[in-house]
Amino acid sequence: MDAQKNLYREEAYELLEGLEDALIELEQKPGDLDIVGRVFRAMHTIKGSGAMFGFDDIAAFTHTIETVYDLIRDGKLSVTPDLISLTLSACDQVRSMLDASSGEARVDDAKTAAITQSFKGYLPGQADAKDETQPGKPGEKEAVESRSPETTWRIRFKPQKELFSNGTNPVPLLAELRGMGKASVVCHLEELPDLFALDPESCYASWDIILTGTCSANDIRDVFIFVEDVSDITIEAVDTGGASGEDSAYKKVGEILVERGDIAREDLDQALTSQKRIGELLVETGAAKQSAVASALAEQDQVRSARKKRQTSEDISSIRVPAARLDALVNLVGELVTVQARLTQFSAKKNDPDLVGIAEEVERLSAELRDISMGIRMLPIGTTFAKFKRLVRDLSAELKKDIAFIMEGEETELDKTVIDRLSDPLVHLIRNSIDHGIESPDTRLAAGKTAQGTIRLSAEHSGAHVLISIADDGAGLDAEVIRAKAVEKGIITAEETLSEQELHSLIFAPGFSTAKNVTSVSGRGVGMDVVRSNIESLGGIVEIQSTKGIGTTITLKLPLTLAIIDGLLVNIANDSYVLPLSAVVECVELTQADRKQAHGRHLIKVRDEIIPYIPLREVFTVNGSIPPIEQVVITDLGGKRIGFVVDRVIGQHQTVIKTMGNLLKNIDNISGATILGDGSVALILDILKLMQQTEAIEREV
Amino acid sequence: MSKRILSVDDSTSIRQLVQFTLEKEGFEVVLAVDGQDALDKVKQGPVDMVITDLNMPNVDGIQLIKALRADPAFKFTPIVMLTTESALEKKDAGKGAGATGWIVKPFKPEQLIAVVKRLLG
Repeated sequence: MDAQKNLYREEAYELLEGLEDALIELEQKPGDLDIVGRVFRAMHTIKGSGAMFGFDDIAAFTHTIETVYDLIRDGKLSVTPDLISLTLSACDQVRSMLDASSGEARVDDAKTAAITQSFKGYLPGQADAKDETQPGKPGEKEAVESRSPETTWRIRFKPQKELFSNGTNPVPLLAELRGMGKASVVCHLEELPDLFALDPESCYASWDIILTGTCSANDIRDVFIFVEDVSDITIEAVDTGGASGEDSAYKKVGEILVERGDIAREDLDQALTSQKRIGELLVETGAAKQSAVASALAEQDQVRSARKKRQTSEDISSIRVPAARLDALVNLVGELVTVQARLTQFSAKKNDPDLVGIAEEVERLSAELRDISMGIRMLPIGTTFAKFKRLVRDLSAELKKDIAFIMEGEETELDKTVIDRLSDPLVHLIRNSIDHGIESPDTRLAAGKTAQGTIRLSAEHSGAHVLISIADDGAGLDAEVIRAKAVEKGIITAEETLSEQELHSLIFAPGFSTAKNVTSVSGRGVGMDVVRSNIESLGGIVEIQSTKGIGTTITLKLPLTLAIIDGLLVNIANDSYVLPLSAVVECVELTQADRKQAHGRHLIKVRDEIIPYIPLREVFTVNGSIPPIEQVVITDLGGKRIGFVVDRVIGQHQTVIKTMGNLLKNIDNISGATILGDGSVALILDILKLMQQTEAIEREV
Repeated sequence: MSKRILSVDDSTSIRQLVQFTLEKEGFEVVLAVDGQDALDKVKQGPVDMVITDLNMPNVDGIQLIKALRADPAFKFTPIVMLTTESALEKKDAGKGAGATGWIVKPFKPEQLIAVVKRLLG
């Protein structure tokens, strides 16, 4: 910028010289309007360019002088010798400002103010002193306005057919709106004619944009400033986000359509008499266009979510409690649930209607209490996500990569303990995406991608689980490189045939690192296996999906909470065991005949699919006779199906997890224990570990 | 590939400001001193956008916009004109000639970048 400033300075010195000549000439011929014009233009240029090159003081100073000469030019003021001397001293002042900007001298601010004041004296009454806004700062007026609260805007942008003829491309405009908040864009193409009648140089589309953000109507109008002559643009606030206490319900789709004038009230009333969804119906009867309904739905959806978000943010801002107290509460609730189970069992045995009534009441209350206390421990995962922004920014700068970081589903709630233990693995995964995934801008451009890479961190609920995925559009995994590396490291043998998916999974093997150079960021090869064991210790699963040249997505599937799980209670002999219900797919019977069919191998055919199974009786060396019909609980572990053979399946069981004591902590295939209604203990199986152990044994054989 | 922008202005300081500002944003900037020079420059290679002053010797901004729009290669190219607050008629004349947008002088570098991004994406 300094070179630019010098350039302006030189130009300004020249202009000042010309200005002084003109002023002296003007003193001789005070009525010559040509000379007044010269003075005005010189002042105007000094002011205008000054503002552009950052000489705001000069711009502000010359603004008043320019105004005075504008009046003289219009014949409203006449030139006096006093005015000429004043203007000359103003020239000196501008010169000293220019000198000051190159660090040579200091400006006498008092003198600047005095001269400005004298010039103001020439202005006829401050009342109609024109344009008192700060010169040189056009467009900044808006910024002074206080930021409006989050508002949802309905913007209808209907360009005329000639839109393209002046070189306008509507796509960047829509992109600009998207950058201003949460936007849903619906495109209307009803006016698109048949191919024969289509003029490819005409614009037939129009758009509805529902935008939720802190922008003002002026900000939005600003986006369309170049196209407002050739388009119909309406901007309406549909939700102003003020009052709290409102519920998140918003107008029905039909009402929105009527309000916008897309359909008539009668059409709506007629449609309402039917049972179908109003949107579908309006489209069917031809009362509204498909895209009009889609647009109204988008608006409804967005306003509802905006209101809901406000409500939650109000709720969140309520109270802070030490985490330890919450943990204690959850422990107590856990015990209460256990006692309640005993009470229910006992009352059933006694067969006393009064007691049964009380037990049922307690059951209902404790279930509610459990849900609420679990809910208290839930935190939105956004708190963890936020710190990754900085991580991505710093690392991408260090590695000279251009990366856009997108977060989705920050509001997804997870148990606090899970969130706490999730942070480190996520840091590892994001680092890996930045370091190994996203290529350098040059490489990306050469591969025909945009220079800027994208990392998308998202969280969503899926049943009793939360799915967290880290997706990048980088280089993807190279299965062959991984294979070569794995063979070199002795993780697999050269002869082993593995599917691409299995090869990809090898990056989680201990001691594996594919980076050619070890950087300060990642690549020490300790990362991925630690990530996997961390996630697995949370009862989660890591999945990887990658396409070479397209990108990599790593998905973490985590349980919502660690304290209470839905379990499937099973029996082997007289012992009870619990399997996490979330992993259970189905239960099938295993008869002696089935076993004979498989010739002693642990395989069962379920609907033409061969599924391997693990006989838990053997794993836990339970003695006694095997019942003639056993049960196989089939589970799904990250896409792999595997059965667990038990004697009997009892049913679903709310399982309060108690960790194992110190002595038993090292038993791998048991993740904890729970107390049943009759006071006996059931072990909670770590089915993932069981599967891995069995696999390891099979491999050795 | 970075986008090429042609800056047409008879004032050196404006040309340099445009060049400096846009090059910092990763655009490639071609300079022309007036409308005639601009028409010569576009013959040497295509540009993705034109930013032109209106008051220029030889071929002025309005004539330049008309000439470019008449050329099929520039039918849909964004053209931004630099206008002053006072010259409303000029702005309308420019729009009539086919200018896509305008920037009112004096402008700050950020305003220039905002307009370029709005039109080029």
